[in-house]
Amino acid sequence: MRLQFILGEVFRGLRRNATMVVSVVLVTFVSLTFVGAAALLQMQIDKLQGDWYDLVEVSVFLCPEGSTASTCAGGEATEEQISTVERTISTELDDVVSTVYFESKEDAFEAFSAQYPDGYQGTQLTEEDMQASFRLQLADPEQYQVVDEVLSGRDGVEVVEDQRAIFEPLFLALNRSSLVAVGLAVVMLVAAALLIITTIRLSAVSRQRETGIMRLVGASTLFVQLPFMLEGALAALLGAVLAVIGLWAAVQYLVIDWLAESVDWVEHVTTADVLTIAPLLLGLAVAVAAVSSAVTLHRYTRV
Amino acid sequence: MIRFENVSKVYARGARPALDDVSVDVERGEFVFLVGASGSGKSTFLRLVLREERPTGGRVYVAGRDLTRLSPWRVPGLRRGIGMVFQDFRLLPNKTVYENVAFALQVIGRPRHHIRTTVPEVLEWVGLDGKEKRRPHELSGGEQQRVAIARAFVNRPKILLADEPTGNLDPTTSQGIMRLLDRINRTGTTVVMATHDDEIVNEMRRRVVELSTGRIVRDEVEAAYGRREEILPQVGPVAVLDAPGRGVPARRISVRPEPGDVAAERAAEQAAARGVDPPPVEVDEDSREMSGAMASRAEEA
Repeated sequence: MRLQFILGEVFRGLRRNATMVVSVVLVTFVSLTFVGAAALLQMQIDKLQGDWYDLVEVSVFLCPEGSTASTCAGGEATEEQISTVERTISTELDDVVSTVYFESKEDAFEAFSAQYPDGYQGTQLTEEDMQASFRLQLADPEQYQVVDEVLSGRDGVEVVEDQRAIFEPLFLALNRSSLVAVGLAVVMLVAAALLIITTIRLSAVSRQRETGIMRLVGASTLFVQLPFMLEGALAALLGAVLAVIGLWAAVQYLVIDWLAESVDWVEHVTTADVLTIAPLLLGLAVAVAAVSSAVTLHRYTRV
Repeated sequence: MIRFENVSKVYARGARPALDDVSVDVERGEFVFLVGASGSGKSTFLRLVLREERPTGGRVYVAGRDLTRLSPWRVPGLRRGIGMVFQDFRLLPNKTVYENVAFALQVIGRPRHHIRTTVPEVLEWVGLDGKEKRRPHELSGGEQQRVAIARAFVNRPKILLADEPTGNLDPTTSQGIMRLLDRINRTGTTVVMATHDDEIVNEMRRRVVELSTGRIVRDEVEAAYGRREEILPQVGPVAVLDAPGRGVPARRISVRPEPGDVAAERAAEQAAARGVDPPPVEVDEDSREMSGAMASRAEEA
């Protein structure tokens, strides 16, 4: 009985304020889409980092002929120098390095020829142009600093390079864009909250006669306010549901059906990830609606 | 039932108080007229009883509860024991007569079967049998006021407050409304009515409390309205409509009662003659609590 009555009031209110309700739905839809997009982007970044950091290596380039580095004063790295470096890796860096692979000039040339069979930018290079190196796979990619300290500056070692550095600009770009999405989401959420406040206020003013009588005959505060709260919450929830559907569609059609087809060498976010963040979006919608109604109703339907 | 102890109410800092050190005691089952010019504090008095306002000073007791200390979440409980009727009826225009009265029970969470039996009873009791499906704009003023009274009385309040209930009605219809209020009073309900209508006050011969600029200047049992020229100096002996906040009340245009009003009055009298009972008193948490509080106050006294 009471539930039926309250729901009746809610739907009457939603119908009466249809245009405002639609705008609340749309604004929450857009803002939560931004929130969700930022969350998905973060998830994508995590996946990429997990994938790529396992693949990347630390390269210890050995002195080639004619290097200007101070450690390469003796010309090309000698057999002795190479074995000293190898020993150092197996003793001092035993717990940091998981696998070691020595890439000789021949190996490097082979890999190069496979990648650029017609020469690099029109220049045909020879095996002598290649550089020998140690490729280290680290147990923990974050330990790069230790490797660098131990091996840099040794005779025969030209430079120690962390391949992760290659990815840094990409991750920086992705992180920045997810920050932009979060920033936009915050602005849109504020707009959504303000719109909900206005909608509830309009609804409360247009039903002042009813609420006045309700207060007069002794309806409880909750009973008076509940229809308004539910109105705001329903509109916001609807926006959140649309956002989830929108994100799901974006992931399905843009990422899975298109991006994953052309860029198949990385793991992508999936629709399951969208479902993971769905509760977050719905909860956020309810929270924004709850805060807005608390602010408004305190003023407009005081007993 | 209602007790004011040195009550003052100042709406704005520095303004003239709306009520100034008012002490009055309304017994259970009494019928009290509150008279005085516009702005004399009648409406403030009623608003304080409903706890729509809190006094600036002094204490207000209603049914044994100290309203100055009543916590906000208990206010709805207090109001369920008080019915209120206004000059402008305050009906919901998009609801039928039945729905308007049922609304008062719905919003306090009464069960559906209770509403279905009580609302027709009270409508018959006020003389609106057969007009359940009408909307307020299809009714005459007197009939609308009967709907408002039915709404105020359907939960069987211990107290009925009426702010100029006859202010928009012609004299004959007003008399019908007064007979209805009198019948409500005879069921044991305490009635406090603010009015400008000297004819009604003089005819009823009940207790009269006169307010002037927020002070009680007269409190007499079985009294008359008093001298109009003194109470309402701007309009003198002319019948008027109250115009709260607008200063001078408007002259009342004398009209003949509408057929609906006559019919409603006849129906109500017939219902009374047939011995139609008022809707039963619903014993619920609040009223039990209220009577408990009254009993304890009676013991104290």
